[in-house]
Amino acid sequence: MKENDKTIKVSKLKNGTVIDHLKPGTAIKALHVLGIEGGNAISIGMYFESEKMGKKDILKIENKELKPHEVNKIALISPNATLSIIENYEVKKKRRAYLPDVIEGIVKCGNPNCITNYENIRTKFYVIKVSNGEIKLRCHYCERVFKKDEVELI
Amino acid sequence: MGNITEKSFKGKDLVSIRDLSKEEILFILNYAKKFENYRGNLLSGKILATIFYEPSTRTRLSFESSMLSLGGKVLGFSSSSSSSVSKGESLWDTVKTVEGYADIIVIRHPLEGAARLASEASSIPVINGGDGANQHPTQTLLDLYTISKVREGLDNFKIGFLGDLKYGRTVHSLVQALLNFDCDFYFISPEVLSLPLGFKEEIRAEGKSFVETENLLDVLSQLDILYVTRIQRERFPDPMEYEKVKNVYIITPDILKDVKKDLKILHPMPRVNEILKEVDKLPYAEYFNQSKNGVTIRKALISLLLGVTL
Ligand SMILES: [Zn+2]
Repeated sequence: MKENDKTIKVSKLKNGTVIDHLKPGTAIKALHVLGIEGGNAISIGMYFESEKMGKKDILKIENKELKPHEVNKIALISPNATLSIIENYEVKKKRRAYLPDVIEGIVKCGNPNCITNYENIRTKFYVIKVSNGEIKLRCHYCERVFKKDEVELI
Repeated sequence: MGNITEKSFKGKDLVSIRDLSKEEILFILNYAKKFENYRGNLLSGKILATIFYEPSTRTRLSFESSMLSLGGKVLGFSSSSSSSVSKGESLWDTVKTVEGYADIIVIRHPLEGAARLASEASSIPVINGGDGANQHPTQTLLDLYTISKVREGLDNFKIGFLGDLKYGRTVHSLVQALLNFDCDFYFISPEVLSLPLGFKEEIRAEGKSFVETENLLDVLSQLDILYVTRIQRERFPDPMEYEKVKNVYIITPDILKDVKKDLKILHPMPRVNEILKEVDKLPYAEYFNQSKNGVTIRKALISLLLGVTL
């Protein structure tokens, strides 16, 4: 795969996690959503050439094996993201991120009259997959339904 | 899903009509019949707390009457301003405190989702008495109870919703609940106050159709139930728009000339002028019975959630 050769622009990872095929421009946001701060060395690649996507972002996190449920949050901002666990320079596991049925704590409710915007509580949204492939989110508290791009990440 | 019994509701909350299945709704409506004229000591020694973060005399009185008729006691507060929401103790802490004082809580709050949060904080049952524009499930249940009483069931009837269908919480919840049953919907409102798109999509997703019109007389003669709501001036960005429609959706004895003879008119109350007093004495007027049904259904619910049943 040609694409793979290009992604190696950032130094090769010995152990850790590669999150690839991020929507261009979302790598920083993705790091934030993952809640990774300090400790591990992180390489961020942005606007790399991609055959499939035109442009893409990529994240490499050293010495940390991310769990699928952690990475799934990323599907919200980047539905095609993939996750590879690297061990001793080899890809041990590779899978695609997919949106979980319930999203907790990473999305802010877009309803200004929602209790979650007043009290200090963790937000919770139910993912509704509409028949045409569109993704909607319903707030567990105020029950409003939002299109994916109508909500803000915390 | 096992069979639903009286015990199925013990210790549960009622936050949203979404939380109830069709079978549970039917169970509650049927169980409520026992409470029509009940007054006794079923719940003696039990305490209902009403925590009202905005005033709603009607809802509070209905809950208090229900608890008192069951032989229980009530305590609570009702704050008149929205300031209590923004300053002072968090809702979570208030609920954690009140659960030590009572056996069941009714909460009314101007913010949407407040009742859900209260139910998560509380170890005793919580009933949502209205959370902003979101839900008011006991209103929905009493509407369903009223319809099922006058229609002898919840299938095979034509229901028209009149007035403010855009912001009308009672309309939204009732439509949602009725999707479980076999009835035809008619939505009658000025265009600016028509039913939100999401609800229309939900109806279509259930494979049902509906009629939408601005003119009541187009459909009135076909209806079995007419659900009237108030049109509020504040809803109109342009006062001229309000002036245009304010007298169009008023129920008078005159416009009821050609209706079905068993038509029933419902209204969540209070009304202002959208149903003239002269209509009250006509056989179509059901709205005061509807208010009374509210006490019946609330008695039944409190009994079920506390697990002390008739
Ligand atoms: Zn919300």
